[in-house]
Amino acid sequence: MTRGQEPIEKLIELLARLPGLGPRSARRAALHLVRKRDLLLAPLAEAMAEVARSVRPCLECGNLSTAERCAICADPRRDAAQICVVQDVADLWAMERSSAYRGRYHVLGGLLNALDGTGPEELGLPRLAERVREGVSEVILALPATIDGQTTAHYVADILPEGVQATSLAQGVPVGGELDFLDDGTIGAALRARRSL
Amino acid sequence: MATTWRDEGLLLAVRRHGEGAAVLEILTAEHGRHAGLAPGGGSRRMAPVLQPGAQLSVEWRARLEEHLGSWRVEPARSRAAAIMSDRRSLAAMSAISALLVAFLPEREPHPELYARTIALVDALGADSDWPALYALWELALLGELGYGLDLSQCAATGASGPNADLAWISPRTGRAVSREAGGPWSDRLLPMPRLFLGDPKHGEPDIALALRATGHFLDAQVAPAFNRRAAPEARARLVALFRP
Repeated sequence: MTRGQEPIEKLIELLARLPGLGPRSARRAALHLVRKRDLLLAPLAEAMAEVARSVRPCLECGNLSTAERCAICADPRRDAAQICVVQDVADLWAMERSSAYRGRYHVLGGLLNALDGTGPEELGLPRLAERVREGVSEVILALPATIDGQTTAHYVADILPEGVQATSLAQGVPVGGELDFLDDGTIGAALRARRSL
Repeated sequence: MATTWRDEGLLLAVRRHGEGAAVLEILTAEHGRHAGLAPGGGSRRMAPVLQPGAQLSVEWRARLEEHLGSWRVEPARSRAAAIMSDRRSLAAMSAISALLVAFLPEREPHPELYARTIALVDALGADSDWPALYALWELALLGELGYGLDLSQCAATGASGPNADLAWISPRTGRAVSREAGGPWSDRLLPMPRLFLGDPKHGEPDIALALRATGHFLDAQVAPAFNRRAAPEARARLVALFRP
């Protein structure tokens, strides 16, 4: 899209940069928006402008919020003695969807990576260590079951002060999973984490 | 005319490229460290397969030899679960990947280093003596990079064999020095790890000494040749787990 000067072409160009969209699907989406001008285009533009104006990372945990402290950090009913460490905001939302956790969060925004140079400072780990000193008794490491994810989890566990328990999510057979379709590593991890019935 | 070859290799690194693809760095048996684009390699379906440490059957294809080229990979064996079960093994896998990606020249076959690397990653999380294998692997890596240590005889007296009492390594030349000859300069020399002399009775402090010695040459000689101030941070994180 080299002409790019017409507003509709600029819209298509921008939409095509979104995850899951290419130039063809961006054209379809742009056309759909224009056709549903009142129902979709104007409200979407307003919503996007509002998000761009007001949504910022929570100063406490890194969640997205319109206030300095997000609703989770500001909620006195959440257990302040537990912090769940997640890679990014999408993981926090996944944990919240489960309604199984009532503590607070810390969003790293990435993982330690030996090759792209992401170190402890880039992930805000010193800030996590500060938070933990403020009466936290357990840090739940809900990080991906990958080499980088688990390297980060062990690093975080190592920097926690004495007396703070570090736990991690279990690895194994997912709900509804069949053994035949699982990879060897998951079956091995599930077997090692077996429990009495 | 398109270039195609098949090989086996150890996955060192995965870098996401666009939405679904990934650039894979693989240490292959016959073609050395090699990169290429894997279409679909950044997908969720491939994520469990494409973890560093995985053994892969690979096919590399490019229109011209100098192009990045593309991979077709098939998993031969995953080591991720074994490696992830132990924090030191995890740190070692990161250090191995980081050192090879940082220092090993691309597209140069290193069959001996490949064999050593495979033996080492097989031992991670499975053999309790892997730290010794790791230290010896770093020694071999220095040799492959052209910075090998000469620990066969004393640099000052020429004494060799079991009675040479080699107790130090010169930090400048990388040559062994006997206890007697090096005595007056002992504060400036690196202590010789027994592991490097083939002594099977090496403990954790000896591993730390070995990592100190190899680390000195990686930081002081290899890294500057690659315009780096030191070896990759991942190695420092591993060494921190072996403090004497």
